[in-house]
Amino acid sequence: MAEVVSQRPPARSTRPSRLGHVAGSVLSYAVLLAVAALIVVPVAYAVLGGFRDAPQLARDPVGLPDPWVVSNYTDSLLSGSFWVQLRNSALVAVLSTFIVVLFAALAAFVIARREFPGKELAYTLFTLGLLFPATVAILPLIILLRDLRLLDNPLGLALPEAAFGLPLTIIILRPFFRSIPSELEDAARIDGCGSLGFFFRILVPLARPALVVVAALAIVSSWNQFLLPLVLLSDPNNWTLPLGLTNFSTQYTTDSARILAYTTLALVPALAFYVVAERQLVGGLTAGAVKE
Amino acid sequence: MAPALVLYGLFVLFPIVQAARFSLFDWNGLEALDNYVGTANVSRALADPVFFGAIVHNAVIVILSLVVQIPFALGLALMLNRQFVGRSILRLIFFAPYVVAEVITAIVWSLLLQPNGLAQHFLSAIGLGSAYHPWLADPKTVLIALFFIITWKYFGFHMILLLAGLQGIPRELEEAAAIDGASRWQQLRHVTLPLLGPTIRVSVFLSIIGSLQLFDLVWVTTRGGPVNASNTMAVYMFDRGVVRFQFGYGSAVAVILFLVCFVLALAYQRWVLRRDTEGATTYG
Repeated sequence: MAEVVSQRPPARSTRPSRLGHVAGSVLSYAVLLAVAALIVVPVAYAVLGGFRDAPQLARDPVGLPDPWVVSNYTDSLLSGSFWVQLRNSALVAVLSTFIVVLFAALAAFVIARREFPGKELAYTLFTLGLLFPATVAILPLIILLRDLRLLDNPLGLALPEAAFGLPLTIIILRPFFRSIPSELEDAARIDGCGSLGFFFRILVPLARPALVVVAALAIVSSWNQFLLPLVLLSDPNNWTLPLGLTNFSTQYTTDSARILAYTTLALVPALAFYVVAERQLVGGLTAGAVKE
Repeated sequence: MAPALVLYGLFVLFPIVQAARFSLFDWNGLEALDNYVGTANVSRALADPVFFGAIVHNAVIVILSLVVQIPFALGLALMLNRQFVGRSILRLIFFAPYVVAEVITAIVWSLLLQPNGLAQHFLSAIGLGSAYHPWLADPKTVLIALFFIITWKYFGFHMILLLAGLQGIPRELEEAAAIDGASRWQQLRHVTLPLLGPTIRVSVFLSIIGSLQLFDLVWVTTRGGPVNASNTMAVYMFDRGVVRFQFGYGSAVAVILFLVCFVLALAYQRWVLRRDTEGATTYG
């Protein structure tokens, strides 16, 4: 075994050098493909299930729909409520992402590059936020937003979402801001740039990749949020997609195909975003969690 | 700094303090907050077998996540940490459930697992029809079924973290061990895993915190049922506090949930993550 391994070229080609390795590779491939199938099948089931009618779905959910029924999709797309929810989800996601990225960037900037009393305390307070389950704050948040007259308001949802996103965003941004050489700041100061000028004119453009990363994470987290909208929004005209979807699924319990079509429609924007932003999402999560 | 602190203070810290205050009252959230009951709410929660059950369910999910989900994610990360055809597409697929909302995950899996759903048809098609069971509707199996769905949604997330950790380990170290005669298993056990330690510990930490707060998935699939068999602390809190308008009591449950998370997390930070955060790091 030892010789076999040491014979392997440094580039580590995967060409198996012995029968055991062949078997090992085949086995890993089989496992990987089985897991991939387990991920893909439920999604395909939802997409294709939406193209069946209820009796067809109950009779034969395996294989391609026969005949293809498009009314589940067209009904939902023409109903209007889907578009309202899509718009609400997008609005809240944009608002909360903008707020969390701007506020967290300013805070991370100060924490990374300035000395002031209480700095460590402030940073610790933010990192502790990772441990505060949003669930704990739900009941008081209802009261607070009621008193602020922000219940059933997109901003009233975006603000707490942004607040709970601050810890992770600051933790990801801080080392990035710290790594920007202080000579740049000195040069900017000589050229008459104040702190805010340096932040907006130099730091933000330089940190753009990092900002895109945290924005991508914030969008996904807002888009998928369920508990906060569930307690803060009661008017169907304000519902986001996850809320609309759960409501739709309790309304049409007997028509699974309809539910699957609506679910697919709600899933499409998230998957499209994933395909575009996968690198940023992975980059952000790993930067937040893995030591360098 | 100031705007972030205000936002954070107002919507994160203040509500948590408020929860502690509300927990001392018998309150429906509407009338004046004047029926002070002290710690009666907390003792009532701790004496309620349904709440105790919820704590146990959370604990079961935490343990299963650590014993099954993370090793599973680690295994896949090790497999993907090699060059082979189809590697990036597999990674793309495995991580995809991360962007799928828990609500969507819950709805699709409930329909898939329900009687006459895809699972039953598939099992009969391959001659295992008798293996089908309405897992989500049986108090004995519901928790396992939920854990399976949780794993579906989250193993890719942990796999991605672990994969990034693996890629930070210089290949030369494993190769050096191989030259010294270490078997593949020995390389893994004595070189790779210790070096991956910090990432594993972060993964474990996130998994614990996530499992303790479990809500969306359970609420949409089972609402904590059947007969409370899948209740979690968060579901119990939501049901009492929001659905039944027991704001004071719900807040007491929230405070307990907070303390459990906080104490566990602090202990973990102090005793386990500490050695990782000494010196210059990017985390914590």
